[in-house]
Formats: sequence, structure tokens, C-alpha cells
Amino acid sequence: MSETLLRTPLFDWHTRQGARMVPFAGWEMPVQYTGILEEHRVTRGAAGLFDVSHMGEARVTGPAAVAFVDRVATNQMSDLPVGRARYTLLCAPDGGVVDDIIVYRMGSQDFFICLNAGNAPGDVVWLKEHAAGFDCVVRDVSTEYAQLALQGPLAVAIAQRVATGADPAALARFSFAEMTLAGVRVLASRTGYTGEDGFEFYVAPGDAVALADALLEAGKYLGLRPCGLGARDSLRLEAGLPLYGHEISREISPLQAGLGWAVKLDKAGGFIGRDALAAEAAAGPARRVVFFTLDDRRIARAGMVVSAEGRAVGTVLSGTLSPLLNRPIGSALIERGALESKAVLNVDLRGTVVTLQVARPPLHKST
Amino acid sequence: MSLVPDDLRYTKEHEWLKPAGDGTALVGITDYAQESLGDIVFVELCRVGQRFASGSTFGVVESVKAASDLFMPAAVEVIAINPKLETEPELVNRDPYGAGWMLKVRLDDPAAANAMLDAAAYRKLV
Repeated sequence: MSETLLRTPLFDWHTRQGARMVPFAGWEMPVQYTGILEEHRVTRGAAGLFDVSHMGEARVTGPAAVAFVDRVATNQMSDLPVGRARYTLLCAPDGGVVDDIIVYRMGSQDFFICLNAGNAPGDVVWLKEHAAGFDCVVRDVSTEYAQLALQGPLAVAIAQRVATGADPAALARFSFAEMTLAGVRVLASRTGYTGEDGFEFYVAPGDAVALADALLEAGKYLGLRPCGLGARDSLRLEAGLPLYGHEISREISPLQAGLGWAVKLDKAGGFIGRDALAAEAAAGPARRVVFFTLDDRRIARAGMVVSAEGRAVGTVLSGTLSPLLNRPIGSALIERGALESKAVLNVDLRGTVVTLQVARPPLHKST
Repeated sequence: MSLVPDDLRYTKEHEWLKPAGDGTALVGITDYAQESLGDIVFVELCRVGQRFASGSTFGVVESVKAASDLFMPAAVEVIAINPKLETEPELVNRDPYGAGWMLKVRLDDPAAANAMLDAAAYRKLV
């Protein structure tokens, strides 16, 4: 491969912290520093600091910005208050998922959108195409932001140590505000992708290292550690949060993924994909994403076949070891019939047949 | 930098073999291999008494990220497996050349190690 990988402003910082860098979605990213299992436990027990600057960002402004965002988003955006953020899907006309995103309402005619790294360039094209006819402007602002995620039960205490002026603890879940942390201006959002409390900080790329250093210094005695994408993936899977390309995709609709709560079929004016999703809702999804644990040490991995009574009824979408349960966990897409008949679901792991223990996330809190 | 002890022999697939001098040897994976794999959560090994040709698969090591086959460095009969790895697979990460050994084997050809990479050649590879 001769593809040139992009680097975040924290690339040298990662190297100094002893990270192992790997290609991810076109970026050279830290997969781990000391170990995925340890970083996972640190985030659940204290706090982890993640560089997620590879995520893309777009800005939508103009008199018709609300109408436009409501047209492309499955979730309701017109009633999103300024200062609040909301999770939504972007869907294709057939109901397949283009991306899952977080929309931030910056002003009455101003939206900031966080996009998945691998989808960001395509998303921007998609948004611009569908903005034709709306009195608003879509801009790709990905290069204007680095992003750090501070996640874990001690995230608030750590943020408070470096905050001047506003109190980060005052931010409600899925709220955001500009604030100053260690002299750096950030857009602080009480959101995350780990199932823990915490923040995502959007900063100017030139300030990313200063912010990372200040947070790490403020948090090190509380157990804060830099954490890589490996732990980010196991944390989100344990929490039951979807990852684009695994639990949702062009082929797996939000209704199949159990994200119906973010699909407002009845919102005024409809949205792209509405009719297909309404038809799917009426008929009931033909297959559904389930989460599971395994009574084994072998991990069921993405792409493996799930069978019931000797017949293939599904596919594993994600799999890893839960460091908290100390057993494998995962997600799978299963035919409706097999779920309705409560059939025993099996995976063949190198000749050993193991039964999926279907469980409701967060998996680390299910027993 | 990963450790490559001078007194071992190596494969291109990152297994090591340590001849005891009596026709038996220990087999494991290298420091480089364990580091590349990351946290090892499961080691699935063959059984005692099994015979293997050089290069055949004798087990699977599973990390958080992926499952990888293990390749026999020489033609052997397996005479012991490390019983601790069943409950403590992380020993392979912690001490790949010591407590994390995988198999004890009897070499079909006691001189087989000579055909393998020495430490200097393996260092060039990693």
C-alpha cells in the first residue's frame, strides 16, 4: 500500500508516550500504549485520555440549516436547544445507514456535526449534495479541530482541576459549552463513546498537545492514562454502542440495529430514508443486532457464521474480550425467526461449538 | 526494541526453539511476536504425544485483536505442554522466553536447530 496516512497533531505526543501506531480509517493512530486490557480497566476505574482527532467535523449555517439538518437526520433536530447535542443517523433512501453522527446546535441557524473518520469525506459530499435547494452552507471543518476524549468516573474531577471560569461539572449530559482548560479554549461536550461519564473536547490543532499534557498532568495522580483505539473499541462494545461498518452500515438499518429511538418516523417534513424505514417498522425488521457474551476463552470475531439447529441464521459483527467480565463479548446480526423461536445460537470457533449468551448491554453490568 | 536472546533459534514466523542438548527442546513465541499480538487472552495448544512436520500448525494464540496460528519450528514429537497457559495466557506477554514457554518437544533430528535462524539472522528480520 502506498497510501499516505494522515497524522493528528498528537502524533509525536503518542510516540513519546510509547504508543503503538497503526493505520485506521486512513489515519496513523495509537492502538495502545501499555495494553488494551489495562487501558480498558483504567477507563472504567479512573479515567482514560483518547486522541480522537481523526473524527471529521462539518458546519451547517444559514436560515434553512434547521430544515436541512432535519431532512438528512433520522432524529428530530428542530427542537434541539442551542447548547445541546443529539445522536442521529444519516440514512440513504433505502434506509441503509450513511453514517451515525452527533449534531451540536451552536445557534438557531448554526449546527456543528461530528462525523466518523472513515466516512467524513463521503458524508461531506452527501451533505452538500442534499443541501441543494436549502438556504444554508455546508462546510468541511475537519482540519480546524483536534479532538480529545476524557472518559471515566474521574473525568469530571480531572477536568475541574484544569478549568478556569466555568465548571465542567455543570454541563449536563449531551450538553456543550466553550470553556478554558489550562489556558486552552475548548468546545467541551459531555459526551463519549465508552459508556462512562466524561467529555469530548474540540480544540484548535495547535492547542492539542498543550491540552493533552495539562490533562495528563492534572489526572495522573487520579489514575488517568492515555488510552488507544483498541480500548476505545472494547469499551464501546461492552457498553453496546454501535460502530459504523459493524453494527450499522449501508446494509444494516437503524431499526435492525436497535436504534429506533433515534429514528423519528413521524417528524414533520420527513427525512431521507423515512419511507423505507416506515415500511420496515410496519413489517418488523427481518433481522436484528444482538449483543452476547460467551462461556469460553475463544473470541467470536466479525464475519463468523452464527447457526441454529445446523442452519446459518446470522453473522458475528464485532467481537473482543471483555476485561471486566473476563470473557468474550460481541454482537451479531440474527434472522428474526431464530430470535422469535428463541433458538440456541452457536458459533463454531475452530472446531469448538460455543453458544451465544444473548445479553442486554451494558454487557459489563449484565451478569 | 524486542529481546532476541543469543542462545535460541528462530523461525520467520516468530517462534523460538531452545535445544536442551539431549535431543529435546522448548518452543515458544518471541518477544517481538507477543508485542505485536498485544494482550494474549487464550492459547490453544496441541496434545502431548502428537507428532508434527516442520512448519505445520501446532496451535493458536488469541489476542484481543486477532487469532494467529502457531507453526512448529522442526519435525518433532510433543512431550509436554505448559499447563499454566490454560489459566494464565498472559505469561506469554510477560515472559515469552521463560514462564511463557509453550511446548517441550523431542526433535526427530537432534541437529534440526542448526537449520533455523540464529539470533543475528532473526534480529535482522525484526
